[in-house]
Amino acid sequence: MQDKTHSSYKQLEQKSKYTNMFLRWFLYFVLVIFALYFIFPLYVMVVTSLKTMEEIRQGTLLTWPSGLNFDSWLVAWGGRGYGAGDTFLKPYFWNSIKMVVPAVFFSTFIGAMAGYVLTKWRFKGDKWVFLFLLFGCFIPYQAILLPMARTLGVLGISNSVIGLVLVHTVYGIPFTTLFFRNFYVSIPSELVKAARIDGAGFFKIFFKILLPVSTPIIVVTIIWQFTQIWNDFLFGSTFSFGEAAPIQVALNNMVLSSTSVKEYNVDMASAIIAGIPTLIVYVLAGKYFIRGLTSGAVKG
Amino acid sequence: MKTLKIEELSKNFGSTEVLRKINLEIDEGNFLVLLGPSGCGKSTLLNIIAGLETINEGNVHIDDYNVSKVEPKDRNIAMVFQSYALYPSMNVRENMIFGLKQAKVSKEKIEEQLEKVSKFLQVDALLERKPSQLSGGQRQRVAIGRALVREPRIFLFDEPLSNLDAKLRVEMRREIKKLHQQLKTTVVYVTHDQTEAMSLGTNIAIMNHGVIQQNDTPENIYNKPSNTFVADFIGSPSMNLIKGNLKKSSNKVSFITHGSNIEIPINGYDFKEKSNLDNKEVFFGIRPEHIFFKKSNEEDFEINLRADLSEYIGHEQIMTFNFENQEVLAKFPSTVKIDLSKNTKLFFDLTQISLFDAKTEDRI
Repeated sequence: MQDKTHSSYKQLEQKSKYTNMFLRWFLYFVLVIFALYFIFPLYVMVVTSLKTMEEIRQGTLLTWPSGLNFDSWLVAWGGRGYGAGDTFLKPYFWNSIKMVVPAVFFSTFIGAMAGYVLTKWRFKGDKWVFLFLLFGCFIPYQAILLPMARTLGVLGISNSVIGLVLVHTVYGIPFTTLFFRNFYVSIPSELVKAARIDGAGFFKIFFKILLPVSTPIIVVTIIWQFTQIWNDFLFGSTFSFGEAAPIQVALNNMVLSSTSVKEYNVDMASAIIAGIPTLIVYVLAGKYFIRGLTSGAVKG
Repeated sequence: MKTLKIEELSKNFGSTEVLRKINLEIDEGNFLVLLGPSGCGKSTLLNIIAGLETINEGNVHIDDYNVSKVEPKDRNIAMVFQSYALYPSMNVRENMIFGLKQAKVSKEKIEEQLEKVSKFLQVDALLERKPSQLSGGQRQRVAIGRALVREPRIFLFDEPLSNLDAKLRVEMRREIKKLHQQLKTTVVYVTHDQTEAMSLGTNIAIMNHGVIQQNDTPENIYNKPSNTFVADFIGSPSMNLIKGNLKKSSNKVSFITHGSNIEIPINGYDFKEKSNLDNKEVFFGIRPEHIFFKKSNEEDFEINLRADLSEYIGHEQIMTFNFENQEVLAKFPSTVKIDLSKNTKLFFDLTQISLFDAKTEDRI
């Protein structure tokens, strides 16, 4: 090694510079390919929704629309204005909102409480409770359809938005509890001890001490639950029909029940409308989502 | 009246016994340090005093009142935690007055207390800051402040300095000492650091395996350890424990280590029990700092030992000698030059020794 001259080091330096540059460009290349691959379906959907049926028939999937034509969006949202058989998303969209807001709220809240109890107020058998809750995460949707239908029937809330709220809350609790438990485990229990000495009780400690530092995990849970519940089709189609159906079920009905011609532009517009709320949630809370997943630890 | 009295206290976690028949008393204004290795039960004991853990057996009295079943908030105590446990979402002011607000103290009184304490601890400029915007020392001070505003009968400290870096730890140690000198409140302080224990405590209770090994003044803990555990735990490096036998002839008692013919006379030793000494198997305990390289005292015992190892640590050096295949450590100033692998003349200060029964490991 001793006889390596100054110039040979220069050469090595050059070489590694080129290698790095090549790797860098290769990385960008791969990333761009993937980005295109993922954005392609969205492009087709948006473009198709802006075309008229005439354009769709004549052009290809990728053809740019002739102009910004939102007619199909209006039809998808508000219908054509004639009576029977005219399915459109507006009422079901509100159904979904009425379902998703309370369901997300209750499942998140109960999960937070449960996580708090499981980590900060240990009791006999708490490990078992957690284990069974965890088990709940692995129960497939299909397995609970029948018992749940019976339960809703007995409670007299089948085929209602309230019924769906209950189903989604119950089914969401294992997940939300898991999230909050894992988050609260990283928060020092000394905080709770200090608060107890200061005279704060069970609820005060939860609301004043723990909840204010839980923003990241609350956001994570909300995003997760919102996506799950909003996009759910199985529970929606099983436990509701007609008027009470959530948007995903209505979307399905709309696309499948077209009587004459397949209106691809309206279908695409409907699908996008059905997906927009989740997108909004991600955009608004996305940075918390990453932060919540990666950080977790809150140190005083 | 004892400020704190613990009687026959036992605690199990499931089948594991954490504390066994603990008895403790503290007088008003004393500073008791619970010292021991990790897992010895000292933090559990502190949590029990605070009321954060339940008791299996025994009682805790504060000011002669049995508080065993009293809620933490009603025990008239305050606690400072290792992680400070400042409420992250509240600023310093809210942190400090949280307890008073819970106790429904009047607004004027709260403000008065807050001002007094925050001035005293020099955190009055930080009141609007969040804990995350404070340095380690500041957090420490706020945590102490949160305890102070409650004006408790007893302060509980749970390893409050172990999260600080070495320099700050020494500073905060002095501050806690000053604080205690000024306020003269009763303190129970948990630590595993013997320097902290020695410098802060008016009393030290050394614990191991859920049992108090010795509860005494720092001087007695250091000079008259009640068993080999205490002898070994206190001091750095710890006390040399040389195994051997006692020999008693007429009025003279001496110590002989196995395989040696050197008799160390220990007539001056203050035995607890003078009978049955002959041929007793014992540990001869002498601290490294009581072995000298030159005679400083007429009674010093002269002995020749081979130097095996020298560890230089700045102001002093720790020498390891061989005494019949048992290691004997001594602490000398680093200016002294001692050749390794050669016999060196050493002087044992026999007024400072401790003797332990080799079987029971208790002081004799």
